[in-house]
Amino acid sequence: MTDFADIWSYLASGPLLWLTATLVAYLIGARLQTLSGRKPWVNPVLIAVALLAVVLMVTRTDYETYFEGAQFVHFMLGPATVALAVPLYDNRALIRASSMPMLAALIAGSFTAILSALAIARAFGVTGEVLISLAPKSTTAPVALGVAEAIGGSPTLTAVLVILTGITGAVIAAPILNLMRIRDDRARGFALGTASHGIGTARAFQESQTSGAFAGVAMGLNAIVTALIAPLVIQLFL
Amino acid sequence: MIQSIAILLGFQLGGEFTARALGLSLPGPVLGFAALFFAFLLVPRLHDLMAPTARGLLAHLSLLFVPAGVGIVRHLDKLGDGGLGVLVAIVVSTALAIAVGAGVFVTVDRLVRK
Repeated sequence: MTDFADIWSYLASGPLLWLTATLVAYLIGARLQTLSGRKPWVNPVLIAVALLAVVLMVTRTDYETYFEGAQFVHFMLGPATVALAVPLYDNRALIRASSMPMLAALIAGSFTAILSALAIARAFGVTGEVLISLAPKSTTAPVALGVAEAIGGSPTLTAVLVILTGITGAVIAAPILNLMRIRDDRARGFALGTASHGIGTARAFQESQTSGAFAGVAMGLNAIVTALIAPLVIQLFL
Repeated sequence: MIQSIAILLGFQLGGEFTARALGLSLPGPVLGFAALFFAFLLVPRLHDLMAPTARGLLAHLSLLFVPAGVGIVRHLDKLGDGGLGVLVAIVVSTALAIAVGAGVFVTVDRLVRK
């Protein structure tokens, strides 16, 4: 009989174990969210990430080995982004009728996200590369990395800040919007997509298809707006 | 389903190609998303064909962010001494952006309807 340690080292170095672990960790997170009565702060991404981080640390597995398996899940982000065309098409009449509020909310939300983040961080004494890397945090990762690089930030750090912003938005959006008594699915989704890109959009789809469609549109539009305004706004803080 | 996945990948591929060829800073999948939407307007049957697969994929959009999320854990130390300030900035600015965005949306919506 083969030693358990040998079997483990065989499995731990291949993609099967870590692909399975990623799906199971997410299912645990989703299950906990259901059990909690769909409380927004019981977020499946946050739970899955925390569980997997602990498992990787305990088993001394490096991220590259983990990603060998997880890359199959990660890869689906591209096709899923393209698939957003379906809810966009389903809601096209509603979106066309909402172009004025969308345009206003896009500009207000995008400027607020960048300006307030830079002002608060600088008040805490954050400067230089870290401050610059914060500017594009609300936009979708590939665009944020490009913007960060162009304005003198660190792409790696920006990737971290983008994910943190996404999870933060997904967790805090519902309590804030409920407190403000905003029940319009269009407004809820659009604000989430503008402030928290794809992770916010994923959260918006849990509320409704309409909310998700508006979040997807907001994410796409904010990618363009952030690429245009982040280089200008950062000048105010240098 | 395989047909739908092939179409999604095809549009992503077209988006990547266009972004590279024209030197655009927009990601390929975002261009593919816009192109597929216009394709639906031209050929509504394409939408009906792809809707079930697309909805299934989007229902679990959260799952797709897990690998990248795990990746950030090892970079948290990069926040350095400014870590607290950066975290406060992220939480407060995200809360403000959501509140302002949604507030402006409903206000302008009300004004336009009048």
